Amino acid sequence: MSGHSNWPEWIYVGVVIALMVWVGAEAWEAERLVEHVPADAKIIKVTGQQWFWTFEHEDGTKEIGELHVETGKAYKFEIESKDVNHSFNIHDYVILMDAIPGRVNTVWFAPTDVGEHDIQCREYCGLIHYNMRGTLYVEEPSS
Amino acid sequence: MVLELQKPRPIWQIMFSTHHTDVGLLYLITSVAFLFMGGALALAIRAELFLPGAQIIGDAMTFNRIFTVHGTTLIFLFIIPFASAVGNYFVPIMVRYKDMAYPKLNAIAFWMIPPAGALIWLGFADFTWYATPPYSIISAPGPAADMWIFGLKILGISSVLGAINFIVTILKCKHPDMSIGQVPLLAWSFLSSSLIIIVAIPTFAAALLMLLTDRLGVSGFFNPAMGGDPIAYAHLFWFTFHPEVYVLVIPAIGMMYEIIPRFSRKPIYSYNSGIFAFVLLSIVGFSSWAHHMYATGMSFTEKTVFMIGTLAAVPASAMHVFNFIATMWNARIKFSTPMMWAVGGIALFFSAGAGGVANAAMPLDFSTHDTYWVVGHFHLFVMGTIAFGSIGYLYYMFPYVTGRMYNETMGKVHFVMSFIGTVLVFFTQHVLGLYGMPRRIFDYPPIPEWIAMNQIVTVGAMIIGVSMAIFLINMIYSSGKGKLANTEDPFGVGGKYYYPFEAKNPSH
Ligand code: HEM
Ligand SMILES: [Cu+2]
Ligand SMILES: [Cu+2]
Repeated sequence: MSGHSNWPEWIYVGVVIALMVWVGAEAWEAERLVEHVPADAKIIKVTGQQWFWTFEHEDGTKEIGELHVETGKAYKFEIESKDVNHSFNIHDYVILMDAIPGRVNTVWFAPTDVGEHDIQCREYCGLIHYNMRGTLYVEEPSS
Repeated sequence: MVLELQKPRPIWQIMFSTHHTDVGLLYLITSVAFLFMGGALALAIRAELFLPGAQIIGDAMTFNRIFTVHGTTLIFLFIIPFASAVGNYFVPIMVRYKDMAYPKLNAIAFWMIPPAGALIWLGFADFTWYATPPYSIISAPGPAADMWIFGLKILGISSVLGAINFIVTILKCKHPDMSIGQVPLLAWSFLSSSLIIIVAIPTFAAALLMLLTDRLGVSGFFNPAMGGDPIAYAHLFWFTFHPEVYVLVIPAIGMMYEIIPRFSRKPIYSYNSGIFAFVLLSIVGFSSWAHHMYATGMSFTEKTVFMIGTLAAVPASAMHVFNFIATMWNARIKFSTPMMWAVGGIALFFSAGAGGVANAAMPLDFSTHDTYWVVGHFHLFVMGTIAFGSIGYLYYMFPYVTGRMYNETMGKVHFVMSFIGTVLVFFTQHVLGLYGMPRRIFDYPPIPEWIAMNQIVTVGAMIIGVSMAIFLINMIYSSGKGKLANTEDPFGVGGKYYYPFEAKNPSH
């Protein structure tokens, strides 16, 4: 048509496709590993509501705005909402899962080091969305 | 000749006209006005976030309303009407027809925009540009929310009417001597984006009605308290709006397909590959909508499907970048203002796409989703690519519309400042997102990294703000007092312009 050969474009498109296949495959593999919940994970019920987080441990103890966990254990969050959509986020541990009324979403983590981390809401939920925050305390196992 | 301002006419003559260049002028002025209004809101947001604590905006509710109206305005009242302005001026000329296929419908589609804009601005809703239920049903204050819903409804209809008009004009009214394979790429971009609109918009139109009846309490489609499902809304919304992002970007790419070859003084490297990429994007664009919903609790399989759908659309975007670079390769390029905007826009388009791939890779999205990273990502498109292409094109069409030249130095200063500002603002926002700052927050805790990056972003935004003031002065001053343009070849690049001499406005 315009008289020049098109092979540079074919090579380029080939390289782009190869890159996308590679990104996709890596992502698939990583996500598959991340989603594998250990069988002994302790369950923590997380409830989002305008504009705070409530946590309920397996033994029935409740915390508001604060969450205490221990190193060396795996925890599975069961996330719900009482009103509108929120998103439960512990950025340091790449924990992010929406809290949606009428549904229970799950995500898990296993903290390794003692420390404090921010908990926040990452889905717009109205007036005080900006301050729907909390703190995660990772502590040494007690016994 | 398309000289709108040289021979002054009473304003009502333009307002009641159905001629495509008059409707184009109305679209142009309206969209640029909304660009400045929406931009002013952005500066208010940035001033507020310069430091933790309340700065200039008194309360969170006002802040939430401001970012909602900012986004709604720039997407629906600037980007889309601006594309319609360019399409109105150029598509009929490019297919060699005397007007749009349905001139009255064309004027009607335009006149739906001002009332919709008024609804959005007078209401000033707070539920973000995606109006997610159940917040939008049970929590968002009316009548603002309802006015927003009606405004969007009207804009959707206007968009569909405009799309029908472009499709018919291109497919049915093109000159019989012209095959579809000879239609310029700019017109092809309108054909592709219009086809996407026709397929994509009805879904959101339905969702909006359901949202409204849910708000009225007569239905519970998306309200869990009445057995509804908010996730259903998210699917309906993104089924429209992921394809819609291509509706926004494709005309801007089309504009670059005009500018780049003209100022490279060469034909486009591959016309066919341009068409192929447009058509491919219009189809594959429909396979990725739920990449906005990874964190809603989708299964591993669903996430995988939508990740593949998203990655599959990347080569089509990448082909445009190749086409532009191959055209500029070894060319005698003239870097006039429109060319600078187009080249800058392509560079930002490339960076934006790279960030998009990171979002699409599902484990990474859990770091970036709903943080400032995403704000940076899509602004590299909406500002860096689409606004850059559009502003470049506005400079490009300026001599044809006004018969005068803009001030070249001011145009270049405008570009350089905007480019620096855009890089400062949106690249920094990517990093800020990786540091965990959520989007849509009125205030933030005093984390030193967050403060530093927010300050960089605000400074960048102010640089863009100043450059836009220069732009406005240039446009207003030059359209009345600029030196007369040589409309045969206003940019002195040589070659033949097949338009706009052929447009005959009967009122001239
Ligand atoms: C290479 C092509 C692209 C890829 C791979 C891509 C990927 C993505 C992904 C995965 C998200 C979701 C991020 C999240 O919320 O976690 C996203 C968000 C977004 N993208 Fe893109 N995108 C691409 C092109 C575009 C284009 C061309 C536009 C606009 C013209 C665009 C506009 C947006 C917008 C507006 C959002 C955010 C919407 C919101 O949450 O408010 N993207 N993109
Ligand atoms: Cu929130
Ligand atoms: Cu998308």
